[in-house]
Order: sequence, then C-alpha cells, then structure tokens
Amino acid sequence: MSILVYIEQADGAIKKTSLEAISFAKALADKEGGDVTAVALGSIDQGELGKTGSAGAAKVLHVNDEKLNAGVIQAHAAAVAQAFEKVGAKTLVLAKSSLGDAVAARLAIKLNAGLVSNVTDLPDTGSGYKVKRSIYTGKAFAETELSTDNKILAVKKNAIDLKTDGADAAVENFEVSLDESVFAAKITSTDQATGDILLPEADIVVSGGRGMKGPENWNLIEDLAKELGAATGCSKPVSDIGWRPHHEHVGQTGVKVAPTLYVAVGISGAIQHLAGVNSSKYIVVINKDPEAPFFKAADYGIVGDAFEVLPKLTEAVKALK
Amino acid sequence: MKILVCITHVPDTTSKIQFTDNNTKFDKSGVQFIIGPYDDYALARAVELKEQTGGSLTVLNVGEAETEPTIRKALAIGADDAIRVNAFPKDSLFVAKQIAHYAKEGGYDLILMGRESIDFNGGMVHGMVGELLGMPSISPVMKLDIEGSTAKMAREIEGGKEYLEVSLPFIAGCQEPIAEWKIPNMRGIMSARTKPLNVVDAVSDETATSVVEFQLPPAKGDVKLIDKDNVEELVRLLKNEAKVL
Ligand SMILES: Cc1cc2nc3c(=O)[nH]c(=O)nc-3n(C[C@H](O)[C@H](O)[C@H](O)COP(=O)(O)OP(=O)(O)OC[C@H]3O[C@@H](n4cnc5c(N)ncnc54)[C@H](O)[C@@H]3O)c2cc1C
Ligand SMILES: Cc1cc2nc3c(=O)[nH]c(=O)nc-3n(C[C@H](O)[C@H](O)[C@H](O)COP(=O)(O)OP(=O)(O)OC[C@H]3O[C@@H](n4cnc5c(N)ncnc54)[C@H](O)[C@@H]3O)c2cc1C
Repeated sequence: MSILVYIEQADGAIKKTSLEAISFAKALADKEGGDVTAVALGSIDQGELGKTGSAGAAKVLHVNDEKLNAGVIQAHAAAVAQAFEKVGAKTLVLAKSSLGDAVAARLAIKLNAGLVSNVTDLPDTGSGYKVKRSIYTGKAFAETELSTDNKILAVKKNAIDLKTDGADAAVENFEVSLDESVFAAKITSTDQATGDILLPEADIVVSGGRGMKGPENWNLIEDLAKELGAATGCSKPVSDIGWRPHHEHVGQTGVKVAPTLYVAVGISGAIQHLAGVNSSKYIVVINKDPEAPFFKAADYGIVGDAFEVLPKLTEAVKALK
Repeated sequence: MKILVCITHVPDTTSKIQFTDNNTKFDKSGVQFIIGPYDDYALARAVELKEQTGGSLTVLNVGEAETEPTIRKALAIGADDAIRVNAFPKDSLFVAKQIAHYAKEGGYDLILMGRESIDFNGGMVHGMVGELLGMPSISPVMKLDIEGSTAKMAREIEGGKEYLEVSLPFIAGCQEPIAEWKIPNMRGIMSARTKPLNVVDAVSDETATSVVEFQLPPAKGDVKLIDKDNVEELVRLLKNEAKVL
C-alpha cells in the first residue's frame, strides 16, 4: 500500500520541508511495508519532480494545471483527495506550513481521517497507532492515539533527516476534476520576498531584537546571516514598530522556527519569544546584559555589545571558509 | 452583519507547563487562563467590523463551566452575547463538529477564529468547520476588510503575503496585525455581567484522536559563555563541537 505525500512548491521549486515529508513517509513505509507516492500540484518541471525520488518517493502524481500554482486552499484539498482515492492510500503525510495546515484540515473531513499536526517522530505502530506531536508551542509533547482508519500526519521541520540517495521517481500525469466552487476564494496578488531563504525552512536563523536600536543597524544582522547562509528573523516589538516585516517575527504569536542553529542578538528572551525557538538544535545568544533570560535557554553565549561583537563574528565566519 | 468569533480558554503565555495523574492531565494549579492570543486578534477585528457595519457579534467556546470568566472577558471587550457548548473539548474534530452545528444554526455572515490554539497548536478547526459547512476557510489572515458582501484580505505565506477576495459567508483564522488587542474598559466589564451567555449541549460525540501521555522536553544544559574578545572560539565550537557550520 502507498503512503501519499502532499508536496508544496514555490515558483516551480519543491519546498525542502516537503522533501523532508517524503523522507518521513519513506521511513514509515519501510516500517509498515508499502511505498511512497507524492502528489504535486501546478507547473513544476520534470527535473524538479525527480527530486521527490531522491527523497524517497517511488512515484509522483503530477497535476499539471497552472490554476493550482497558487495555494488555493479548497482546490488543493479537492485535488489531493482525488489522489488519495486513486492511490488507495490510508495515510497522507505533509509538511506543516501555513498552506499545509489549511489544506490538511479540510482533507481530514473529506477523507474521514484523524489529523495530527506538529508531528516530531515516526508513529509507534506496535499496538494501536501512536504519534508524538509538539504542543503548548514547543513546551511539551503529547503521545497521541489515532482511532481512525485513514490518517493524516503534518510533520514538523527536522522530524527526520532528509534522504538524498533514493532512486528516480516515476512521474505520472494525473487529471483531476475540480468544481468551480473550489476557486471561490480568489488570490488577486502575491507579495513575496524572492531569492531569500525562507524563515520557516531555514537551517540557520539570525534574529535581532530591540537591542539592535533601529532598522538602520540591520545590515549587521544581514551581513552575519549572509556569511552563514541564514534567514533573518526578529522579535515581536521589532516587527510591531515596523523595523522589520511581519513575516520575520519569531515567537509565540509569530513564526515558529526549528533550525539547527538560532543566533539571537539583542533579544531579551521573553518566554513568548522562546516559544518560537525552543525547537532549535543549538542556540547562540549575544546580549550585553549577563542577566538576560535568553542565556538560560542558550547553548553558547557572548556577553557583549552587539555592535562590537557582530562585525567580529561575521569576519570570523568568513575566515572559516 | 452577523459575526461569530470562536475563542479558546488557554493557559497564559507565561505559564509553566506541567502535568499530573501520571502525565495524563494538564496541571492547572497556579495557571491563569486567557482568551487565546490569536482569538483575541479575531475578536478585536470583529469589534471594529461591527462598529463599521452594524449587526451583531456572538462569541462561542466549547468548554466546561470553568471557561465562563474567559467568555465574560470577550463580552467585556465587545461581544453582544455568547454561546458555551457545555462539553470538555476532547479534540479538534469534536470541537469543529460543535462549532459547525451552532454556526449553521445561527446563520452567520462571517466566522472568525484564531490561526491556532496556543495549547494544542492544531491550526485546523477553521478548515474543518469550513469543510463541514461547505464554506471557504482562509488562514492565517493578517488583514481583513469587508466591502458589501465581499471580504478582502491578506493571508501570510512563507516569506510574504497573498491578497485574496471571497464572498461572504466564509471562515478566517486570524493573526496579527489584523487589529490591536483590546483591553476591556469599566463600562464593558459592568455590562458583560448581564449580557446573555447561553449554555447549550454538545451535538456530537465524535473524536479522532486522544492523548495517551504528555511529556516534557529534556532539561537544557548550562550555557557555555565565550569571551567577547574571542569570537573565533565560538566559531570553532559551532564547527567542531555542535557541527552546525
Ligand atoms: C501574548 C503575548 C505574545 C507575545 N508574542 C511574542 C512573540 O511571538 N515574539 C516575541 O519576540 N515577543 C512576543 N511577545 C513580547 C515579549 O513578551 C517581549 O516583550 C519581547 O520578546 C521583547 O523583545 P526584545 O527582546 O527585542 O526587546 P527587549 O525585551 O527590550 O530586549 C532587548 C534586549 O537587548 C539587549 N541589548 C540592548 N542593547 C544591546 C546591545 N547594544 N548589544 C547587545 N544586546 C543589547 C538588552 O539587554 C535586552 O536583553 C509577546 C507578548 C505577549 C504578552
Ligand atoms: C483544561 C483543558 C484541557 C484540554 N485538553 C485537551 C486534550 O487533552 N486534547 C485536546 O485535543 N484538546 C484539549 N483541550 C481543548 C483544546 O484547548 C482545543 O480546544 C482543541 O484541542 C482544539 O485544538 P486545536 O489546537 O486543534 O485548535 P486550532 O485548530 O489550533 O484552533 C483554531 C481556532 O479554532 C477555535 N477553537 C479551537 N478550540 C476551540 C474551542 N474549544 N472552543 C471554541 N473555539 C475553538 C479558536 O478560534 C482557535 O483559535 C483542552 C482544553 C482545556 C481548557
């Protein structure tokens, strides 16, 4: 039996978190038996579709309809439901994201499937079907039992290592029939930073807080981020005052990141900020106040003035190469 | 316009999370409960929209009697009346089924929720209710205006936003900066005491998930401090010890 994976694209490129979801499904299929079929919506070229194979998919169903390039929630849900039927799948895996969540919720009803989000580990299928998920914004976990036949797992970033050694996936064109009503919500325009590393996907994040004093100093954050190949983030007050755009705001009420390295500069480490970063593997804190609460959540720390430390650190990273 | 806002009753964002009964129950001792922060944004925007267009604003919570102070706070902020579906909110599907039923019964033009609860972080109840009612569901919405029977909004996507238009009725999961949180004033608090809070029964007992056990993350080790004049040492540690560079 196949496990179906819903993959997302941005401008024709498959998202890295979606490839991780394929690797997650592959590990699950290896355990349970069966293989992995991915479903890709919209215009994506063959080479890009091939990446699903290296990540672990045996097959990819491609719905080559440009109306699905944008993330129209209802239309995506309807198309994925048809793929689920076609494959005869019992399990759907996807990456947790702003679109993934919205699509998965509708699919849960369409497919009569139990949905678990923020999944952090492979399911325990020994007796029953238990899945570990992160709750209380990363402050706890819940071992969750699914009682339904059909299941949907929305996987949190870094739940599994991305596979890159799989064989090529067979690409199959897949036609879906979509009612006009699924396009009821019309996307009129998009306004997206291009070429940047997306914050929720980034392996390294450099974030600045109010301690950076003003937007004119952000070049220091950006220089370090560039050397590290990192995305940039910020604390809530920084986006509230408009120093940085809202989609960079990290924390309880913003983006929850799960990078391998999070560098926090001039951020005090309020509990609401920590809630967005507590899934990071390593945390580095740079703050001039040795009593800043962030040091308690950090692996490495430098007590010092950001304006002195940042340029030196950027140089030191550069020197490494 | 008839607006419905669904609110959660959740531990304050500064709460220490602990469990009791062999890690099967949330430990409420010493915990202050609040309106979910995202639901609070939805409520604030609903109050503004009602001021602009007139009509009514109802809040709904699926929860036991303990949630009433939280519901009263929403009434103090500006809702006209409230519905409490008297049941322990067993899981997202259970909650969605109750909301769908009472939302349909009320015939609302606009249903606002938070993008996600801050306890179970599902981010799914709005989509489930949308599918159950055959309505569009859009989340996370960071800007929302109503012009006649059309809603214009901005939805946050990774690295930016997209702009959408949809006809009413529909469901939105809200987040900042859709509106600023509103703090109830004295008049609001006084009038909230006498506003109708209707307690109704659960209409379905269906669930799809149950929590077997709660767990806390392992404790974090001590921070390794590096001298500010020796940043090369930090880079070395990140490369050789943490192996992240
Ligand atoms: C319901 C709720 C939700 C919230 N959600 C979020 C959220 O999602 N994300 C979030 O970030 N916050 C959130 N907050 C706000 C949070 O409580 C804090 O107010 C906020 O995180 C503080 O931001 P900050 O650390 O940038 O600023 P501050 O607390 O002002 O800290 C600035 C830090 O910079 C340091 N500093 C100053 N100058 C320098 C220098 N030259 N070099 C080095 N360090 C320096 C200072 O020592 C200080 O530690 C929320 C609050 C509430 C009530
Ligand atoms: C003390 C306590 C213990 C709980 N224990 C559990 C438990 O063990 N398992 C469990 O699954 N749930 C439990 N809940 C319920 C939980 O708070 C959520 O209501 C429910 O799990 C749905 O969560 P979600 O994260 O999927 O919601 P999301 O999909 O993240 O919520 C999105 C939006 O839907 C609306 N919404 C969600 N829940 C409700 C609600 N109850 N009433 C009205 N609107 C709502 C809000 O607008 C919210 O912002 C408990 C609640 C309390 C108060």
